[in-house]
Amino acid sequence: MKYSFFLGCNIPARLKQYEFSSRAVLGRLGVELVDITDFNCCGYPLRNIDFKASILSSARNLALAEKENLNMIVLCKCGFGMLKYADHLMKEDPSLKNEINTILKKEGLEFKEGVEIKHLLTVLYHDVGIDSIKEKITKPFSELKIATHYGCHALRPSEIVEFDDPVNPTLFDKLVEVTGAESIYWQLRLDCCGAPLFGSNDDLSMDLTEKKLSNAKESGADYLCDACAYCHMQFDTVQGMISNVRGGNHLLPAILYPQLLGLSLGIDGDTLGLGMNQIDITSIKGFLLE
Amino acid sequence: MVYNISLYICLAIFIIGLVYKISRWFFLNVSADSKKTDASKRFPSAIKGIILTIFSAKFFVLVKVFFLDIIFQRKIFKENFFRWLTHMLIYGAFMLLLLMHALDNFITSSLFAEYSPTINPFLFLRDLFGALVIIGLCMALYRRFILKSPRLKTNSMDNYAIIILAIIMVSGLLLQSTKIGSWSIYSQMVEDYADSTDPEDIKPLTTLWVKDFGIVSPDIKAPFDTEIIEQGREIHEMSCASCHSRPQWAFVSYSVAKAIKGIALGLDKARIHTLFWYIHFLACFIGLAYLPFSKLFHIFSSPLSLLANSVMDKKESGPANIATRQALELDACTHCGACTSHCSVGIVFEEIQNPNILPSEKIQSLKRVVSKRELGEIGLRLILDGTYMCTNCHRCTDVCPAGINLEDLWFNVREDMFQGDYPEFSALSPLSFYRGLMRDAIPQDDYKRPLLQARESIAANCKLMKDQDKVAILTPVDKELQGSMLLSDQASTFSNCFGCQTCTNVCPVVANFDNPKEVLGLLPHQIMYSVGLGIKDLAFGSNMLWDCLTCYQCQEQCPQGVKVTDILYELKNLAIKNAYKD
Repeated sequence: MKYSFFLGCNIPARLKQYEFSSRAVLGRLGVELVDITDFNCCGYPLRNIDFKASILSSARNLALAEKENLNMIVLCKCGFGMLKYADHLMKEDPSLKNEINTILKKEGLEFKEGVEIKHLLTVLYHDVGIDSIKEKITKPFSELKIATHYGCHALRPSEIVEFDDPVNPTLFDKLVEVTGAESIYWQLRLDCCGAPLFGSNDDLSMDLTEKKLSNAKESGADYLCDACAYCHMQFDTVQGMISNVRGGNHLLPAILYPQLLGLSLGIDGDTLGLGMNQIDITSIKGFLLE
Repeated sequence: MVYNISLYICLAIFIIGLVYKISRWFFLNVSADSKKTDASKRFPSAIKGIILTIFSAKFFVLVKVFFLDIIFQRKIFKENFFRWLTHMLIYGAFMLLLLMHALDNFITSSLFAEYSPTINPFLFLRDLFGALVIIGLCMALYRRFILKSPRLKTNSMDNYAIIILAIIMVSGLLLQSTKIGSWSIYSQMVEDYADSTDPEDIKPLTTLWVKDFGIVSPDIKAPFDTEIIEQGREIHEMSCASCHSRPQWAFVSYSVAKAIKGIALGLDKARIHTLFWYIHFLACFIGLAYLPFSKLFHIFSSPLSLLANSVMDKKESGPANIATRQALELDACTHCGACTSHCSVGIVFEEIQNPNILPSEKIQSLKRVVSKRELGEIGLRLILDGTYMCTNCHRCTDVCPAGINLEDLWFNVREDMFQGDYPEFSALSPLSFYRGLMRDAIPQDDYKRPLLQARESIAANCKLMKDQDKVAILTPVDKELQGSMLLSDQASTFSNCFGCQTCTNVCPVVANFDNPKEVLGLLPHQIMYSVGLGIKDLAFGSNMLWDCLTCYQCQEQCPQGVKVTDILYELKNLAIKNAYKD
């Protein structure tokens, strides 16, 4: 199993623990990662402004992966959704593909057949497999209740992203449960984290985040688990800002899925960057069975 | 005479230029914060900062940076070996030439009592260094004009730097080549240093010099008599050897001298070496005088930027010193293009042809903004757009060989420009996420202002939106709007809408408000109607458009397969395009 490793813009700059923990976990599970330093922005943040520019950005990444003949692992769900969307359009619309390829050819790149775009979670679920992960779990969690946050751009539009059943997804829950934790049911689990509006309408964005966090907490969660750069910054950094701005006591720390899985695989907290989260999550180690 | 006068004039311009440029670091304001401090605070604060740093443990950081980043140029080495080699050849060999050759009266002759430019190792080294600089310049030309890395821009300043160095190097080389074969210089030297000037006495020496030293004599030619050569060698050992090594050691100039041997006498008569001498020293002096105003000023500013950035951080350094550092950083840019070649959104330039998207061009524009040049509305807005088209991925800052903290620079200038008269529509996109994370660093009113300004400026064109009842006059459907929605996947599906309002009912944004219509203007299904009816004002003017999370709940659940979210995306693109037109 060999993939090109798409990190996007936020992870190397602001969320290194997601990269560190993913590398550690994927390495442990025998997935080989190839870094393509030339990868650029996935195009997601530009979609409001200029659709074609966003498709071009995505297409360049896909062409770079195709040049190396490697499928792609994406960590961020917004990036995953954008790349899948661009891939879909490039295949559906020959004139757009032509137009984009004319630009890409200037630097010797071309989107031909495209590559398979996978999210970290789909690689773990489909390619590594729940059973092989289970075999490697050395320190399962017990009595740990996790609110599993799916992330919009992985689930929808379902006919394009093909991640899981958009109405009743189970993939992420199963991945959480393989660590020994319980993935609880909560009403807002498929809703948006609020990140797309943070920075342009903070009040609304914070409303949505706060609602989700309260709902997860009321449903009995000890931690929220996510697997997306934007979702995690929202549930970690922005949650901290919400507490400062609005007060209240709805603190529900968020953990990245590879951090959760890594701990149950026996990888130490420093390698997984546990201390790099804004809200302290180190006490989650207390749920590990020795 | 000409030499001395021009040297002193150019030196004076150089020193005045240097003082002027450095003083600007204390006056120029890059960010709104820097306006709160002025030169009277910034200068003492810089001096204090420098002294405190030198007498602290940070001194060792400075030493490390000096050797690794300034002398060895570690950052360029990591970024691209070809570029590193190019720059090392140009800067390294030029520095050696400067110290050994240009400043020989001060440095070389005081270090070596026997120094003469025409003996080894100096004769050989001068040519070697010159050749290395020329190779470096050729590599730079290759990178800029033949290799054509994507989106690497070359401006007049880059051309100037290459041209002035090329003139200095090539004129020096030709000066040396024409001097090697010069009969007139040889005759003059004989007159000055030989015991006798009788042509017959001198003949053996001349024969030796024609044979071994490349002199082109009007009458003496091969074959040479060995006996005469031996006599010549005796005179040579006595009168010349202490100052002259064989010119073959100046391997490049000697090759050129050999190549032009046939016309050497003619060139010598025309005193061509005097011409090259003038070109050589005048080019050096002009280069010196113009240095503070050219990109070669980076010889001073880039090392300072590297040193300053290695010991300063946002938390500890005072605003006065940060203001000074940022003004210095604008001068430290060498326009090398490393930032642009690693820029995450650089590719976007191929679609939105605003050069200010590219960091290497952005910083050039910022220089103009900061020095208050007249840029006009279009110019300023292009710069603002370009600066905002940035995902803050930090790559430019990581790779900058001059150590410029570009990300902070973008952030500060952006914030300052935001308080101007022009709306920035990209603020209504996830590009603003980073600004959100930085909100504590921005005064609260200033934080919200550009966001409201962008929304209001788009809504200002949508008169119908302001009408409380939103009663549209009965007119035929405006096909223009529908016809322009071509970008995304099946945007025309809006016509399938049968008004069930599922999109609105599942929208988490709508659900967040007690009276959503009041806050959002129109609800998702109403926007779909507006598109169906081709009413632009309603389609573009509502807050709903900008408050859409793009969570795709509406689209996923629409029983009619209307691509609601994609249509909203497309409307946002069109609304922004229209707002620019107006």
